[in-house]
Amino acid sequence: MLTAEQLVRIEQSPYKADFPLLAKNPEIIFLDSAATSQRPEAVLAAERTFYETMNANPLRGLYRLSVEATASIEEARKHIAAFIGAVDAQGKPQGSEIVFTRNASESLNLAARTLPQVVDLGPGDDVVISIMEHHSNIIPWQQVCAATGANLVYLRLNDDYQITPEEIEAKIGPAAKIVSVTHVSNVLGVENDIAAIAARAHEMGALMVVDGAQSVPHLAVDVRELGCDLLAFSAHKMGGPMGIGVLWGKAELLDAMPPFLTGGEMIDSVTETGAVWAPVPQKFEAGTQDAAGSYAFDAALTYLESLGMPALEERERLLATYLTDELQALGFVKIVGPVDGSRHVGAVSFTVDGIHPHDVASILDMSNVCIRAGHHCAQPLLAYLGESSTCRASVAFYNDKSDIDALVEGLKTVWQVFNGN
Amino acid sequence: MATNPLYNAQFIDHAQHPDYKYQMDDPTMSHEGINPSCGDELTFSVRLADDGTIEEAAFVGSGCAISQASADMMSDLMVDKTPAQAIELCELFKRMIRGEETDVDLLEEQLDEAAMLRDIAHMPARVKCAELAWRTLQEMLEAHGATREVSATVHAACDHDHAHDGEDA
Repeated sequence: MLTAEQLVRIEQSPYKADFPLLAKNPEIIFLDSAATSQRPEAVLAAERTFYETMNANPLRGLYRLSVEATASIEEARKHIAAFIGAVDAQGKPQGSEIVFTRNASESLNLAARTLPQVVDLGPGDDVVISIMEHHSNIIPWQQVCAATGANLVYLRLNDDYQITPEEIEAKIGPAAKIVSVTHVSNVLGVENDIAAIAARAHEMGALMVVDGAQSVPHLAVDVRELGCDLLAFSAHKMGGPMGIGVLWGKAELLDAMPPFLTGGEMIDSVTETGAVWAPVPQKFEAGTQDAAGSYAFDAALTYLESLGMPALEERERLLATYLTDELQALGFVKIVGPVDGSRHVGAVSFTVDGIHPHDVASILDMSNVCIRAGHHCAQPLLAYLGESSTCRASVAFYNDKSDIDALVEGLKTVWQVFNGN
Repeated sequence: MATNPLYNAQFIDHAQHPDYKYQMDDPTMSHEGINPSCGDELTFSVRLADDGTIEEAAFVGSGCAISQASADMMSDLMVDKTPAQAIELCELFKRMIRGEETDVDLLEEQLDEAAMLRDIAHMPARVKCAELAWRTLQEMLEAHGATREVSATVHAACDHDHAHDGEDA
């Protein structure tokens, strides 16, 4: 339960005015930020500024515009590195550790396609993931295991939606070569103890990959504290543009990984029979990159930093707590996940008694309340929990109490449509 | 209250109290249809009369209100139709749901209550839910089309489907 003082803090959102879609459409109740966030004006303006003032193909051009476009990409890399704590002993951001991709899914595919060669994955080896992974962190590893003969091992949850230390110890053993686990579940909203999982993985000689798609937007993530080797995330879930993703990796590891996609921009030299790869991170970036996208992502980080990630994290935790409490107060709603709202990072899944989630979402849509319904690209998790689909409401800092109140009113309507008053 | 006409009392009654949702004894044919994105699944059964018309239609399974109400309305519509007529109605329903046929008089005359589902043409995410029963029926009738005059052959061809019904029931 929130205190009266905490309720006042989420009563209104000072941030909605920064987001043109929300500002121009006050009737829209957007509670699907776990799928994609809204974008602030600063990001939209940055995308336009890039094309108006520095548009040229980066990397190869020898004229001023191309040099500026190239510089904007490198500035974005440094900014992103600083944002996730990828800095050296002197605190200098390690921009060369930031590989641009299209999204977190592509980042995870890059990892899955290249790590097997690094660790010489083969029959008898284990790849360990968790049962709460998004399909993007399951299917690439299923493919890897099918191709190499390695075993795919799942970390499972206890009744309190936790991966326990005992489970970590039992499943990550000497055969583990790669461990890839989500930091925050896109269905349950729970945060996993990545530092503990990474420590065990390293103790067993395995590499640790983290899916940060649902955590980097909401928590002040520091890769040194996580202790991971690779971290994947997407710009579009944190105010940046769609089509830009990141794979962060320790420099030595990125150096050891073979290329993923090949072609232009990712080579130093090419002959009729072979090629010499460009250094990281360009080695992984074949073809013309979305320079406007990385420039706009840079602007999204500047915007988030101006508000302060710790403050946003705290506000989102209050919103998630209020959301969870209000849903539970409705007698006909069941939370799928912890009933303690403060354990939810952004997302809260639920079901409405006797009413299919898709009907819930369709009727809520009639009141302009946007939530997600379905399997959330996590079918193994839903099967494990005994659900075929759930509703999911997810908050970001720009939401306020009125958004959650509108959801609750909408759910009362849903109930009335099916059950009368 | 929501103003969308789809989730009205008549629709909800079909979804919550379907007349045709039961395990049919001795069906001529049965077929399972699934909608993986939603988790909707239903098994549709019909029994043909000696003259080849559908004398009984029923379904079992689970899913959202749209898939259930649509299956119930369809079952009611199909009684006394020939398989050829049934396939024509399935085609008409699919054209309605995809927004290709919008003549309300024609739709109400041909599809009876199922014409109320025409608003789903504006809800692309729900088209598959609405179509599930109709697609399943059409697939089943077409799969058995070549032999449907010879009911004994149909029975033989459907044995594995019957076994599957038993597991689902």
